[in-house]
Amino acid sequence: MPQPLNYLKETASQTAGPYVHIGLIPAMAGFDIFEKNFSNVLVTPNTQGERITLEGRVLDGTGTPLRDVLLEIWQANAAGRYNHPADRSAGALDQDFRGWGRAGSDFESGLVTFETIKPGAIIDKAGRKCAPHVNVWIVARGINIGLNTRLYFSDEEAANAADPVLNLIEQPVRRATLIARRGERAGKIVYSFTINLQGPEETVFFDV
Amino acid sequence: MNAQAPALQDPRLNRPEPFTPRDGGFFQRDRSIHPPAHAPGYKSSVLRSPRQSLLSLENSVSEFTGPVFGHNDLGPLDNDLIRNYAKDGDPVGERIIVHGRVLDETGRGVPNTLVEFWQANAGGRYRHKKDTYLAPIDPNFGGCGRALTDDTGYYYFRTVKPGPYPWRNYVNSWRPAHIHFSVFGSGFAQRLITQMYFEGDPLIPVCPILTTIPDKDALDRLVAPLDLNASTPFDSLAYRFDIVLRGQRSTYFENRTAGN
Repeated sequence: MPQPLNYLKETASQTAGPYVHIGLIPAMAGFDIFEKNFSNVLVTPNTQGERITLEGRVLDGTGTPLRDVLLEIWQANAAGRYNHPADRSAGALDQDFRGWGRAGSDFESGLVTFETIKPGAIIDKAGRKCAPHVNVWIVARGINIGLNTRLYFSDEEAANAADPVLNLIEQPVRRATLIARRGERAGKIVYSFTINLQGPEETVFFDV
Repeated sequence: MNAQAPALQDPRLNRPEPFTPRDGGFFQRDRSIHPPAHAPGYKSSVLRSPRQSLLSLENSVSEFTGPVFGHNDLGPLDNDLIRNYAKDGDPVGERIIVHGRVLDETGRGVPNTLVEFWQANAGGRYRHKKDTYLAPIDPNFGGCGRALTDDTGYYYFRTVKPGPYPWRNYVNSWRPAHIHFSVFGSGFAQRLITQMYFEGDPLIPVCPILTTIPDKDALDRLVAPLDLNASTPFDSLAYRFDIVLRGQRSTYFENRTAGN
């Protein structure tokens, strides 16, 4: 017998369930308990960068919006730097930007929104430039293990065309499932997205 | 510390860099121990499960970084569900302590990571505007809390044991008593939500959600044993629940300081 490796096994995932709001966004469950709460607003008045709203829905296999879904986003700051010690790239840190937020969908419309800034481009380990993007994690009743996807920006056509992750997607038509559309509403920049869990326009999900 | 850390060598500069066998990515997730997305016995999964293959992504800085939390994010009662919503007394139910460690697959503790938990009250009712189960709300119980692991990955909190409750899957489906857990780890690719169950619960083998897990050992690892040694005599029983996150091919954190 060779020596045993003795790695532990990852704990199995379980669905977040329909009442995920109690633990993660108690105000949405209908009560106030913590002194400090996490939210869908990633910016403070001092955060550097272009203010944007990300707004979208997650649709089930019938095209119906999920009204009990929870999304988290994780992104770089306007200089393309993540607020984490393992990001040793050259971009400046922004002390007013953690880069993470969470949002529950509206119980009626299914709409999910984040108030954030547009991230900068990232240089990966191989020195390649990666198009600006937001990392997305999705949990809900009926989702047995969190789904990972990304949002890219429609006004970054040249950067998107050169992005190493988008180019991993074999069918160009599927790359489009990750592009949030830039628009303007009442003087604010709004990027709209749709995440399709199934169907001909199923969003690309990653095994990260 | 981060501010003084040198930038990673830019390979385009063609300068020699010392060999390291570790690239910062996480160990490949073993999906055979996780429930599949499409698990027809849990009916809600049918329309909410992707049908295309997941696209495998070598971890980049977008995956091996993640949000950093500190004690400033928490309040003093956040890990005490017996007191954090009490209005005129303690909540009804069996008083319990839940404790354990957050580890990674190499067996190392995951320090300073955020653990969040939520649950039904002792009667099996959630404080949630969408829960209509006939068991009563407990005016002294909110049902959620959170903690930051210490330097060794250890966490603990106090609560009452949640009750089982019926749900709409089959006509007579009941959830075993459980506590939901949300854990971060150091990178966003370690993000995990799971549920802890209680040793000896007869509803465990018939739960349509638990039995989505194809691996018997993986299922057993979600069941917390009674831990009499950690109980407080004449006060609270204790259950032990260790959580394992993915391991990492990385040396970045070996000198990491608390709260960094």
